[in-house]
Amino acid sequence: MTVMTKHVIIAGGGVAGIEAAGVLADMGHTVSILEKEGNPGGHVSKWHALFPDRRPAGEVTGYLGKRIENENIRFIAGTSVEKIERHGGGLTVGISGGTTLNADAVIVATGFDLFDARRKEEYGYGIYDNVITSADLEQMFNDDRLLTSDGRVPDRIGFVHCVGSRDEKVCNEHCSKVCCVTAVKQAIEVREKLPGCEVFCFYMDMRMFGPFYEELYRESQEKYNVNYIRGKVSEASGTMKKRVALKVEDTLAGRPLKMEVDLLVLMTGMEMSKSGAKLAEASGFATGINRFLESTDNHYGSNMSKMKGVFYAGTCTAPMNITDTISHARAAAVEAVKYLSSK
Amino acid sequence: MQLEGKKRIWAEYQKDIPDDHFFYVRSCIRQTFFAGSEQVFLKIMRDDLGKDVMEDPRHTTCTGIGYHGDVVPFETISTVVARHFALATEAGYKNIAISCVTSFGIYTEILETWKHFPDLLAKTRDNLFKATGREFDLPESIAHASDIIYKFRDELARKAKYQLYDITTGKPLKVVEHIGCHYAKMFPKHGIGGAEFPHVLVGMIESWGGEVIDYPERRHCCGFGFRQYLIQANRGYSISASRKKFESMEPYKPDMIVANCPGCAMFMDRWQYTIKEIDDVTYGGYKTGIPTLTYEEMAGLVMGYDPWEMGLQFHNVQALPLLRKMGIKADPDKRFLAKDGSRLPEPANLINS
Amino acid sequence: MNRFGFHINKSRLIDYDTSDRKVRQYITDREPSFRVCFACGGCTATCTAGQHASFNLRRMNTLIRRGEIAPLREEVSRCMLCGKCQLICPRGVNTRNVVALAAEAIMKYDRNEL
Repeated sequence: MTVMTKHVIIAGGGVAGIEAAGVLADMGHTVSILEKEGNPGGHVSKWHALFPDRRPAGEVTGYLGKRIENENIRFIAGTSVEKIERHGGGLTVGISGGTTLNADAVIVATGFDLFDARRKEEYGYGIYDNVITSADLEQMFNDDRLLTSDGRVPDRIGFVHCVGSRDEKVCNEHCSKVCCVTAVKQAIEVREKLPGCEVFCFYMDMRMFGPFYEELYRESQEKYNVNYIRGKVSEASGTMKKRVALKVEDTLAGRPLKMEVDLLVLMTGMEMSKSGAKLAEASGFATGINRFLESTDNHYGSNMSKMKGVFYAGTCTAPMNITDTISHARAAAVEAVKYLSSK
Repeated sequence: MQLEGKKRIWAEYQKDIPDDHFFYVRSCIRQTFFAGSEQVFLKIMRDDLGKDVMEDPRHTTCTGIGYHGDVVPFETISTVVARHFALATEAGYKNIAISCVTSFGIYTEILETWKHFPDLLAKTRDNLFKATGREFDLPESIAHASDIIYKFRDELARKAKYQLYDITTGKPLKVVEHIGCHYAKMFPKHGIGGAEFPHVLVGMIESWGGEVIDYPERRHCCGFGFRQYLIQANRGYSISASRKKFESMEPYKPDMIVANCPGCAMFMDRWQYTIKEIDDVTYGGYKTGIPTLTYEEMAGLVMGYDPWEMGLQFHNVQALPLLRKMGIKADPDKRFLAKDGSRLPEPANLINS
Repeated sequence: MNRFGFHINKSRLIDYDTSDRKVRQYITDREPSFRVCFACGGCTATCTAGQHASFNLRRMNTLIRRGEIAPLREEVSRCMLCGKCQLICPRGVNTRNVVALAAEAIMKYDRNEL
């Protein structure tokens, strides 16, 4: 049986979706990527620089852009996948707008949403000036404009780890994995752009899991003099001068600590994307207690779903960094190829 | 500050407050220290709003101070509260209006406990019947009295004689609002506006022309608690909590503090005097102290009631500067006259006297 | 005049905006490895002095960074300079030098020489 001319649909045109598409297309299969936004690339297209080496995010976005320049890939923007069903020997994919497409295999790569920081009322996002998220800060780096809401150059910036993660109050007990190293990266970037600005990271744990992450942490202390205070920030309030007063326990000193910062950056975590969750519910895909897609096996089946011909790639299954997302997507593509050649 | 963010939260934490027919239960602290406040509430409800508010002189303290001070066990306080429900049932009332914030916290706590542990409700019914022969229905709603004033604040604004407006500067009065911890911190969904940004007093102040101050220690407890201040030597803890708040609000130059909890109003008033005695520090512009009112007193001033009949003279920090700012004519000489015109002794060491 | 039977409690807060970090600066200028301490507590665990006397190197370093040196004046003199802390430190902080410099800095601070 030939494995050529099979049609694979990929739900999601971010890092995972594009990489999986690239692998499949290189092997000769016809691929349609359905992306709900207007552009490919997902979240990474909004970042400024990536850990651990702080290379420009544009390089990865550029790589992804080249990946889809393949005659076997059709990139359909502004369309989301709403339901996947088995039909006869293949799959039907219901998309926004009401039509259905047919596919021999589907890879779900719907990615993640960033936690909505307004849900943590005590941090005052959207209420007090100068409380921003890590995504907002990344945009400020892109715009090369690192100023407070009233146009001042900040003298002190605080980073709050674990906003919306490891927090049962917002029903997210999971760790979002990449926010700690993002905070370290952003702290270094701030110190480089504004050498006169003090930087504080308020953490519960420092999760430097990946290659060269721990080294980056050390560099942030040794070379860039970033301060780390172990303690969860309990509340933030606006002051008269539009600074942000925060309360934290310095757990290592065993005493409560108060300080005012010019900008407070909330490291918002990853959640299952809303569109992915709707797709999962409509199609009957199991989700874990963390609301991400549940694969058939934690160790050797992380790309596999219970529906024949459907595979999972990337952060729709769990928080991941870009490197692991790409590996995961390639593995999903390989599983899809194995499946297609067995049909 | 972006008001839209707060408005979104206020819209999420709304609660249903009944329109009429309330069974009123009073507060130990409010009656003792703010003698006129509960009378003002009843006058506003009955005379200004035409509502039916019933109170039964046979109701007792809810024993909240004892409960929170580890002197009264949960079973006892449940039975005391059940007796109040029995009095309300007997009088045919389904809506309870609660004067004290701690009581509100306790009634909420007890009703929630009974919801999750029906065997405790059965036990309480049994205890009450054995002790007093009474039976009760669960109330349909419980509301703090400030929730009710909040609900009718716009109607009161239309009838108001004064605004929370400083006639000497032509600007709204700067008001610090303080919410009792037992109002929303225990059960955020039972407080209007939730725990972080309560709206019950903000709504009143803004409807009546004032401006609310948001300062870093806005959500800090006043230090009342119960355990700590019952023993004199521990009161340092209470006073230092209030002091933290005063130090934080002082740069904003507030014209007054208003609280919905009677204990908080008492503490924030009393500790200004104590801090002056111990450390010779007075807050408020020109060292006049910051007049601290209950929300009933604030509502009463806005409705044009006589400040001395409301009992404002029995605060440690006299409200004379505030009355001047609002344009309310009140003769300081008439403060300490009894009903028959004879002179009462004037307290020493009042601030602003 | 206090005739109330209680005092106003002092705040336990570390107020970062008002604390004075000259001692920290003195040490860091002379021993840059002080910066990479990540407060794991390995030093304190093995410390000879800390077993029987009040001397907690991890906490001391943390407090110095916050500008809180009042608790440390007496404590810092208890170090015996045995160097066990330096053997375990996973980040390679020159802990003996940090303690010696801390003692020196506190002395100079008290004499207004910093």
